[in-house]
Amino acid sequence: MSDTSRFFDEMLASDGAPRGPYGTYGAWFEGEDLRELRKKSAEAEQFFRRTGITFNVYGQAEADERLIPFDIVPRIISAREWARLTKGIEQRVRAINAFLHDIYHRQEILRAGRVPVEIIARNDAFLPQMIGMSPPGNVYTHIVGTDLVRTGEDEFFVLEDNARTPSGVSYMLENRETMLQMFPELFTHIKVQPVSDYPRDLRRSLAASAPVNCSNDCTVAILTPGIHNSAYFEHAFLADQMGVELVEGHDLRIVDGKVAMRTTRGYKPIDVLYRRVDDDFLDPLNFNPESQLGVPGIMDVYRAGGITIANAPGTGIADDKAIYSYMPDIVEFYTGEKAILQNVPTWRCSEPESLKYVLDHLSELVVKEVHGSGGYGMLVGPAASKKELAAFRKKLEARPSNYIAQPTLALSTVPILTKAGLAPRHVDLRPFVLVSPDKITITPGGLTRVALKKGSLVVNSSQGGGTKDTWVLEE
Amino acid sequence: MLGKTAGGLFWMFRYLERSENTARLIEAGFRIALTRADGDDDEWTSVLQTAAVAYPYFQKYETIEAGKAIDFLLRDPSNPSSVLSSISAARMNARLVRTAITREVWEAVNDTYMILKQTLARPVSARDLPEVLALVRQQSALVRGAMHGTMLRNDIFDFCRLGTFLERADNTARILDVKYYVLLPSISQIGSSLDNVQWETILRSVAGQRAYRWMTQGETNPMGIADFLIFDGRMPRSLAFSIGKITTNLAYLERAYDARLPCHDQIDVLSARLTHGTIERVFEDGLHEFITDFLADIARLGQQIETDYRFLG
Repeated sequence: MSDTSRFFDEMLASDGAPRGPYGTYGAWFEGEDLRELRKKSAEAEQFFRRTGITFNVYGQAEADERLIPFDIVPRIISAREWARLTKGIEQRVRAINAFLHDIYHRQEILRAGRVPVEIIARNDAFLPQMIGMSPPGNVYTHIVGTDLVRTGEDEFFVLEDNARTPSGVSYMLENRETMLQMFPELFTHIKVQPVSDYPRDLRRSLAASAPVNCSNDCTVAILTPGIHNSAYFEHAFLADQMGVELVEGHDLRIVDGKVAMRTTRGYKPIDVLYRRVDDDFLDPLNFNPESQLGVPGIMDVYRAGGITIANAPGTGIADDKAIYSYMPDIVEFYTGEKAILQNVPTWRCSEPESLKYVLDHLSELVVKEVHGSGGYGMLVGPAASKKELAAFRKKLEARPSNYIAQPTLALSTVPILTKAGLAPRHVDLRPFVLVSPDKITITPGGLTRVALKKGSLVVNSSQGGGTKDTWVLEE
Repeated sequence: MLGKTAGGLFWMFRYLERSENTARLIEAGFRIALTRADGDDDEWTSVLQTAAVAYPYFQKYETIEAGKAIDFLLRDPSNPSSVLSSISAARMNARLVRTAITREVWEAVNDTYMILKQTLARPVSARDLPEVLALVRQQSALVRGAMHGTMLRNDIFDFCRLGTFLERADNTARILDVKYYVLLPSISQIGSSLDNVQWETILRSVAGQRAYRWMTQGETNPMGIADFLIFDGRMPRSLAFSIGKITTNLAYLERAYDARLPCHDQIDVLSARLTHGTIERVFEDGLHEFITDFLADIARLGQQIETDYRFLG
């Protein structure tokens, strides 16, 4: 993995010259002093710490709040590349919403035999409570974060569809804010599409999905698990940017058939709840009875059409890693078109032949838990020691249906700034998609995550990843 | 505004005020210890009592020692009112109400927390103490400045101010509660050096020694000091001043929400007692009784505000 030349570098071509989208930036960088840039880098960190842009790492009581490292070299995407990506993402997101509606209603896709019944029936992410229920405007996934990776000039793959409660959008916004403050001159030379409309778009999109049309005086609120949640900063940030209340379960109760929040003047009804709480914790009466984070009875209000929950409960069935391998079929089934964005080839370990292949090629593959996220419980074969491989083999043999495997992709690199100058590191990209009954909005750019360790392919912030500002150039 | 948010703002500013008050108490105690020849540590007992942490202190230590008392007041995590604990609690509440405060206020609180956490990571030597205490004062001023300069004058601001002045009224009353005997004419021996030291402690604890000198041309007498701390509306840490501010902010809320609540009746009673009372009358009826009643009323008012504005579910 140390041989970086076999990876596609997005900034520098094999002859060392900057590629098209990086032309102006490359020239600017040449003229800069490395020491000055390093100083800017330190300034950026101070900026993040003061603003309180931190995240909590589970299981690390000591370092309660940590910063996600920020790299000052932007990731640049041309208008042409972006246009193609957005078409593909939009197609995929439409298909996901159609799939969700179908799976909770007539289940045509199961009848057609395109997706096996067992994979739905035995899946914890499938919520029987949603059967026959149509959310307002038939929107299930109001907010989606589609994880993309790149392996070549025109080779993009979807790695994951985050259709539950994707996070990271606050970093997209703050990374740009930081870059604007530190390098204003760059933005006068290079025309970058703005991301700052996101909070306004989000609010509009949520209001448009309200149970009854209330475009102006619609009450939107964000539900957070609380101050100790790893993404609390983001929840507070978005509430602040949208000008809506940030509520916790104990601020809410059902009053006259509506979910209402306790204000200094009494209870006020909520029309749209952007919840950053998992399905299981949403309603102790309908789901996990131990939950302190949700609202008892909210599902009953929801079913009666008294509130919009974004994203809808039960959307997890669409971004489940076992479903992922069927996405090309799902896209085709509902849109009648071939999928524009490719899926990464995936072995479902539940199938005996696939399991055999995976066990035989463990050291070459990436193996993931079907329900895992955040890079926890994952094996990167080429980077694992013999001992780790042996241990994982045991887990895999014990519960094969809990895993899927994918080839180790030759992820593209974008340089980061190190003491010695630019050095290539692997990246992925999470664009943020907003879905309302009348339109789909994709903010130009998204969150670029970067594996800061040389050769590493794991970009998750909980595993030592950092972020970059992502620029989509104007036409 | 959410009830929880109102509560978070209220407590954020109570804790900020508390950290500053505790720092000032340490300063007063330290000053007395320096200027006193006999070197006994009695003064620290009354400082701990004033900060209402004598009980937890004696849970932890058997004897009073200046170093231990300072450390306990400044940075002990087992003391919920230590400067560091208060600042941490203020920041925790600020995180909770992040959407209600401006970026400037958040950054000032967050900066304060980061700076003090680092400064107070290790015990502070006597040599460094004045500088550290000055730092606490400066940081408080920074937060206050950010608040006054950037926040809208709406209900959010009112709840912040209620927290500040309820805590301040409580603090000044407790100083009087612990030291009331020094002010009683029956025991005081006017002009003795002991009393001068005691009076100075009281005034220093409320940063009022200079103001008092200017207003009285250097004449100190116990009744005058009590009058200054209880009734003088010009003195920003007096009971009258604090109660005046609470009255104003509760009145703003009454108007903004168009709702008169039980807390409004309570503050009217308290306010009348301070606007119509005189120091002579207080001494006649008993200074100690007056202060004990006042402390109880303030505690009750705090609870009533909490109920009336639905801080908790």
